[in-house]
Amino acid sequence: MEQILKQIFRTGIKTEAPPQPDDALRREVRQINEQILRQVGRALAIRHVDAGSCNGCELEIHCLNNAYYNIEGLGMRFVASPRHADMLLVTGPVSRHMEEALKRTWDATPDPKLVVALGDCGCDGGIFGENYASRGEIANVIPVDVTVPGCPPTPTEILQGILTAVSMRNES
Amino acid sequence: MKLDEFPATFNKLPGAIPAWHGIVNADDLRELCEQAQHGGGKLIALWGSDETGRDESDEHDHYALHVALATAPGMLVLTMPVDHERPAIPDISDLFPAANRMQRTMRDLYGLHSIGADDHRKWLRHGAWPGSVHPLRKSFDANTICETSADDYPFVPVSGNGVHEIPVGPVHAGTIEPGHFRFSIVGERVLRLEERLGYKHKGIEKRFEGMTLEQGTKLAGRVSGDTTVAYAWAYAQAVESVSGCTPPERALWLRALLLELERIHNHLGDLGYLGNDAGFAFGHSQFWILKEDLLRMNAALFGHRYLMDCVVPGGVNCDLDNAAMLRIADMLRHIERETAVLKDIYDDHAGMQDRFLTTGRVAPELAAQLGLTGMAGRASGQAWDARAQFPCMPYDKLDVHMATHRNGDVAARVIVRFEEVFESIRLIRGILERLPASDTMVETGNAEEGALGIGWVEGWRGEVMVALHAGRDNRIQRLHPHDPSWQNWPALEYAIMDNIVPDFPLINKSFNLSYSGVDL
Repeated sequence: MEQILKQIFRTGIKTEAPPQPDDALRREVRQINEQILRQVGRALAIRHVDAGSCNGCELEIHCLNNAYYNIEGLGMRFVASPRHADMLLVTGPVSRHMEEALKRTWDATPDPKLVVALGDCGCDGGIFGENYASRGEIANVIPVDVTVPGCPPTPTEILQGILTAVSMRNES
Repeated sequence: MKLDEFPATFNKLPGAIPAWHGIVNADDLRELCEQAQHGGGKLIALWGSDETGRDESDEHDHYALHVALATAPGMLVLTMPVDHERPAIPDISDLFPAANRMQRTMRDLYGLHSIGADDHRKWLRHGAWPGSVHPLRKSFDANTICETSADDYPFVPVSGNGVHEIPVGPVHAGTIEPGHFRFSIVGERVLRLEERLGYKHKGIEKRFEGMTLEQGTKLAGRVSGDTTVAYAWAYAQAVESVSGCTPPERALWLRALLLELERIHNHLGDLGYLGNDAGFAFGHSQFWILKEDLLRMNAALFGHRYLMDCVVPGGVNCDLDNAAMLRIADMLRHIERETAVLKDIYDDHAGMQDRFLTTGRVAPELAAQLGLTGMAGRASGQAWDARAQFPCMPYDKLDVHMATHRNGDVAARVIVRFEEVFESIRLIRGILERLPASDTMVETGNAEEGALGIGWVEGWRGEVMVALHAGRDNRIQRLHPHDPSWQNWPALEYAIMDNIVPDFPLINKSFNLSYSGVDL
């Protein structure tokens, strides 16, 4: 126990200031009920869905939980069920084998909901594109609010995308 | 045909790795596989190809089966022509159980039937195309969209008093890739786990076909994002083999440095999650700080946190000056010191060791039978490491110490990870000391049409293989990237048996297998 406490003390606080929202990432402003949003406040529950990625974007999503980015410290957390989620964070391309599961996850997420499409593949199909097994970009399957390009986008860029979606929500 | 005679009778493939290639008939294929299996060899990969229009002299053989075996002298690649009027291949899943899913994939993608196999269910095919359609045949246009139908996969039912099923996925509870797990349980004890993968099938192999060798580099680095360096290196080896290119020495040393950095960041992340999944959030917090420190250094020195697109055919896209080398040395000292402290804490933590020990055990005998490979294999007494056994430049000068344990439980996979982190740090120090001065890139030259090139790299998870069949004008006729997860996913079904359901996330994490790498 002493060793654990010593190590915690030695490590100190690593958390850094979060980035600012970026209006350029917006795809379209969707109408969301203002009253409900005020009640939800700033806390945000995120459900991640991997709809067919190479798993590169997932590596960076994992990093959001590390002490430097400390996403939970910003009032955001990843939840296990879409029914608990305010936002879907989706990586792609959407494989045709995941199309149904992604649609069902979107259906199960209560309104008002936000969708952030992650990575070059999530934004436009990326290197995999569209073919017999791939539907390409996320917006081909479910409505998308914010796109975050990158291969993979860095944790800061992902956080910026999430905050952009949240700021859209708070404005509307 | 005798296996130990093959180096004399088969063609040695040009390039960095010891690989021989021969054309065989069905009987010879079976016989050589049997001999390899009896001699302690293992199956590395099994893939198919459509040879239509390639060889006009023989109009009957439109398809081919390829089998790569690891044997004492090196890799043996066997090619068996297959008649299009009788698309049948011999079953080798009785010798190498891991061949089961690969053979079923051959049927899904090429329509080749394994004669004598006892499992004829589909594997990668769900509902996106019907069983009569085979996407990897040359006659199939990649952009054909078939009507979606229901998957209706026949899971093996388990019955008995009190037995019930828990279906999990494809969308899992955490940030994990999609796949379906069907648990048959009594109380909380798992009787049987059946995996259903293929959800991420996005046509990678079809996408490769027709790409130029240059275009293929980026895609190869994205077969499984967490193993990008190993795939890029294996791809580069294959391209260099078919185009008769030898990269400069410095580039090879830098590739090894990148590969070991990839091993360290993946192991650090896993060690953190293994602590977390045993209820020890401190471990997660600490290891992910170290991982982030390393990723930031990668971004600063190599331009990418995960080192994507650094390794290219002909060499590498990066170089190090003295300041960069000092920075790496500092980072290694930091990681080594902190990891040693954390290892002491993990070792002394009774609650965590209680969760790790005897959990998810794959005994060495079973591991040998199933062909368990890579890091998980070494934790179950399978002493295979391509860096140590078939060391290509620069590993032949670095004397890799292989980490092996015999317990085969979560604890053993944790220890192997710790030891491999320390060993990779030692190897990188050796690389920094002896990094030769030379260019870092050469032109690859033209590929010989019809040539087969193989790449074989020990990634952090296990051995990654790339088989490249070169086409006209430096294009890819066929490419099969092979992830070690093909071998290890079936073993996970055994590892969970008789364990309790709540230990599954821990056991699964201790293997940390790729979905994208096998769904292709």
